[in-house]
Amino acid sequence: MTPVLRTEGLGKAFTLHLQGGTHIPVLGGVDLAVHPGECVALWGPSGAGKSTLMRCLYGNYGTGTGRIILRHRGADLDLATADPRTVIEARRETLGYVSQFLRVIPRVATRDIVAEPLIARGMARDEALARATALLHRLNLPERLHALPPATFSGGEQQRVNLARGFAPGYPVLLLDEPTASLDAANRAIVIALIREAKAAGAAIIGIVHDAEVREAVADRLFDVLPQQDAA
Amino acid sequence: MSTTLEGYNFAYLDEATKRMIRRALLKAVAIPGHQIPFGAREMPLPYGWGTGGIQVTAAILGPTDTLKVIDQGADDTTNAISIRRFFTRVAGVATTEHTAEATVVQTRHRIPERLLREDQIIVYQVPQPEPLSRLEPRRTETKRLHALADYGLMHVRLYEDIARFGHIAKAYDYPVMVNGRYLMSPSPIPAFDNPKMHRMAALQLFGAGREKRIYAIPPYTDVRSLDFEDHPFRPIRAPHACALCASTDTYLDEVITDDAGGRLFVCSDTDHCAERQATAQEAAE
Amino acid sequence: MTTPLLDAKGLTLRFGAIPALIDVDIDITAGEVVAIVGESGSGKTTLLRVLSGMMAPDAGSVLWRGQDVLAMGEAARRRLMRTEWGYVHQNPRDGLRLAVSAGGNVGERLMAVGARHYGNIRGEALSWLAKVEIDADRIDDLPRTFSGGMQQRLQIARTLVTQPKLVFMDEPTGGLDVSVQARLLDLIRSLSRELGLSVLIVTHDIAAARLLADRILVMRRGVVVEQGLTDRVLDDPQHPYTQLLVSSVLAA
Repeated sequence: MTPVLRTEGLGKAFTLHLQGGTHIPVLGGVDLAVHPGECVALWGPSGAGKSTLMRCLYGNYGTGTGRIILRHRGADLDLATADPRTVIEARRETLGYVSQFLRVIPRVATRDIVAEPLIARGMARDEALARATALLHRLNLPERLHALPPATFSGGEQQRVNLARGFAPGYPVLLLDEPTASLDAANRAIVIALIREAKAAGAAIIGIVHDAEVREAVADRLFDVLPQQDAA
Repeated sequence: MSTTLEGYNFAYLDEATKRMIRRALLKAVAIPGHQIPFGAREMPLPYGWGTGGIQVTAAILGPTDTLKVIDQGADDTTNAISIRRFFTRVAGVATTEHTAEATVVQTRHRIPERLLREDQIIVYQVPQPEPLSRLEPRRTETKRLHALADYGLMHVRLYEDIARFGHIAKAYDYPVMVNGRYLMSPSPIPAFDNPKMHRMAALQLFGAGREKRIYAIPPYTDVRSLDFEDHPFRPIRAPHACALCASTDTYLDEVITDDAGGRLFVCSDTDHCAERQATAQEAAE
Repeated sequence: MTTPLLDAKGLTLRFGAIPALIDVDIDITAGEVVAIVGESGSGKTTLLRVLSGMMAPDAGSVLWRGQDVLAMGEAARRRLMRTEWGYVHQNPRDGLRLAVSAGGNVGERLMAVGARHYGNIRGEALSWLAKVEIDADRIDDLPRTFSGGMQQRLQIARTLVTQPKLVFMDEPTGGLDVSVQARLLDLIRSLSRELGLSVLIVTHDIAAARLLADRILVMRRGVVVEQGLTDRVLDDPQHPYTQLLVSSVLAA
């Protein structure tokens, strides 16, 4: 089976022009391959570049060296060189990302935030809202919150909104950055179930999961991310 | 010609000025409804008394013409009499109060009720030639709007009337489209007279002295009053019969007869009214 | 790859010795929202004016669906501006007729393209006032009695009523209270998605750009120093100026 997402010699460094051009290498020579139905947990000490790798995979950070190959619309797409419009298209159809923090949009109701990616993929509005509502219920977010913008929600509530938004469309590739960090045990179990269902449906999942219980429950294997030498 | 004033050229203006005005008139006739600038001269009467109309009349008048001058429909108001006398003195032309006898009719605020003929010319006195002036004060911009036939703004004005009053409240100087191209001010004639401009047999000339503009409508040209499909143009007249000639299809003036609220509605076109009264008299005898 | 609606290449313009635009390329496809950011005087507004045909560049080309905008006659350009294009000014007073009612302001573009049915025009005006969250009973009020935010929403309604394909927006939230800004941004965001609008928005508000734009161009002294995917440019800025711009934003 061919991987749906793989990197070849991926490297990433930051140049801080405001700090006199300080050069900080973060990733180097990363070769990662993830197959459909598989969950890979990134593994490494704090500051090793796990989050940076995730952001590179999503295209949120530009790629320094190497390639990021995504199976998109039945062909290989190099995210490192793809133009912005193609990246947006890949994010709409193929590549999902659940970050640790919800970027709150003023005045937009929780239900609409979750339904938005579904509507962008062409689902009818009513159907999208129904699916959003069902998922929010499943994540124990009470109905009375669905119509409110999540700006005033607690961290755990916001995270569940974020998870609902990420899981709703059923992306073939899903990136999860600390999906259970601020959740209680009951909700962690629900997230585990969601991840297992996504895997069963053929999704490839890459996660940063510090919670050992969750990691053991969902990860098929670990992928080591090692800190780069500053002098590199 | 012997009766005219010494020291003045025929019809007061010098021939070079007349030629300049005639050129403007020809251009105006060639582009119906389009305003042509012209070098308006100082006239021996103040702006607002018909200086534009007088210059146009002076430029087209010949010794054999018969001139009629009306002001608000009447031949016997100060302004009408003054202008008539002016041309009697400087051109020695015949004058008349009868529309049917005139070859040139200079008018302020009315079109005669009697249909004008091909061998007649009507000259309108115009205070403000620019129909968009109240909506767009910049002349450069109104010129551009005319050039591009961009007349949405005028409809906005009519929209505002309907929104505010339930109907288009413009009762005079009601804007028209000439020949399907130029938006034009018909001068402050009552909206009632607008339909008379449409495909009129006579040549219609417009002169604005202070604003120094001339425009024209050649005979048999389409002249449509602006309106909305669901608020069509309707000429308005007082719902009465003329107290003198009993006419029910002419434009009426309201005349206050005493201090006790007494009033009378009579034809604004005095010649037309007198003619009807004479006909009725004859029929009765 | 879809062909861009608007495609400009090599735009260069100098005001005397001061360069306003230097070799700027920009394009925008259907349904795309593109932000142009940079500080005051960086050439953002000039770029918008050149792209919309209001100002001629010294060099370069602007194509609208393959048509040369710069070679277009004024009549054609004006027609474009009131049909397929829209322009939202920073100051709503520049884009509204203050002596004309709200309804008349919205209706003007319809009447300019030939609408002659009062009832339909009014119905359309009412529906647009509702879309921009202005009460129906304000339809006959003059815009000068409106707050700044309401005036700006009215300007947006007036611009969008003829369903343009591309809307130029010049600092649409400039000079408004923060709470009013958020409401306006949300409105622009939802309307542009709902109508599949292409929007070219000039702003110096990085947060607004992040919220609205698919792509972003960073301008400095007439030069596009960096461009790309909005979140990538803002989260992983490469050019020193972009790094400065991003790091200068106060986090709330």
